[in-house]
Amino acid sequence: MITIRVNRKEYHVDVEPDTPLLWVIRETIGLTGTKFGCGVAQCGACTIHLDGEAARSCVTPVERAIGREIVTIEGLPDDLGRPLKDAWIALDVPQCGYCQSGQIMAAAVLLRENPNPTDEDVDDGMTGNICRCGTYPRIRRAIHLAAQAIAKGAAR
Amino acid sequence: MRQSSPPISASPSPRYPRLWGFALVLLVAPSPASVSLDEKAATKDDPAASRVAFLAVYKVLSHPRCMNCHPAGDAPLQGEDSHPHAQNVKRGKDGAGKYALKCANCHQAKALPGENMPPGNPNWRLPSPEMPLVFQGKSPGALARQLKDPKQNGGKTLDQVLHHAAEDTLVLGCWNPGEGRAKPPLAHEEFVRELRTWIETGAHEPE
Repeated sequence: MITIRVNRKEYHVDVEPDTPLLWVIRETIGLTGTKFGCGVAQCGACTIHLDGEAARSCVTPVERAIGREIVTIEGLPDDLGRPLKDAWIALDVPQCGYCQSGQIMAAAVLLRENPNPTDEDVDDGMTGNICRCGTYPRIRRAIHLAAQAIAKGAAR
Repeated sequence: MRQSSPPISASPSPRYPRLWGFALVLLVAPSPASVSLDEKAATKDDPAASRVAFLAVYKVLSHPRCMNCHPAGDAPLQGEDSHPHAQNVKRGKDGAGKYALKCANCHQAKALPGENMPPGNPNWRLPSPEMPLVFQGKSPGALARQLKDPKQNGGKTLDQVLHHAAEDTLVLGCWNPGEGRAKPPLAHEEFVRELRTWIETGAHEPE
């Protein structure tokens, strides 16, 4: 039995230590917002946060997450999650939507580390998250919009 | 809850045939080379022997397993052809990547099973931007000068360079690169022996 914390809640799961964290999150725990894309850490659809850092859960053995804080799209805290989700909705970013939870999780790391990113910074932070619908221009605009909203919130 | 889960070792999708032709280093290290690192080097100056030894060392340092994480630019390389790392990964301020593309976001503490799956090491990174230790594009002479210069080699003495080559898990990982990747052209023991010979015979620079 392995104990992990996901979105500030503890789970006891009966899985092998090398089970991909993505499988535990989706199949064992039932949080399906995180998506399976490629299974080889190439596309970013499975991005979650592990102690605040982005991690590709499709190649992350669950044993790596023991004793660490896992956050999925369902549990992304509002300080970054709310402005990002609002911006995504305001600009109608998703087309099919499959990659978007991974996009937002990656964007949250970017904005936490760089609250006022340039276009180049956005590209550096987001280039590993593939969108087959090609929503990249809207993703970039939405990240700038979220950054502005966060800055306004902080100035209040 | 019990479940049957697919293994992490799932083969790479054919949609990404070469993307994991990664370079470098891994965690699970073979035994360090059997050189006595604590012996005081009995230096016998021999410029010709020294240069020959360094040319052997150079074959390893310029091999993709070593060179791919010592690039001339700001991006790691991957594959046997040392192409820029997929996803436009960059060095970052400490050598460990940027934002959601830090090395450890994909690279685990050890190589994942399966051909061309991400190789691993708990300390996976490039050299820092302040001390980039470039191997790519260096001639044997230039690389020898860099290895000897503490201002370019991370502040190391030649003894410390030898220790690094013999014991550092990132270096040792070059000989345990994960499935689908070639090892350097010399065995690790042979590499360390040639490096030691180079140092003991005066650390002369090839032309």
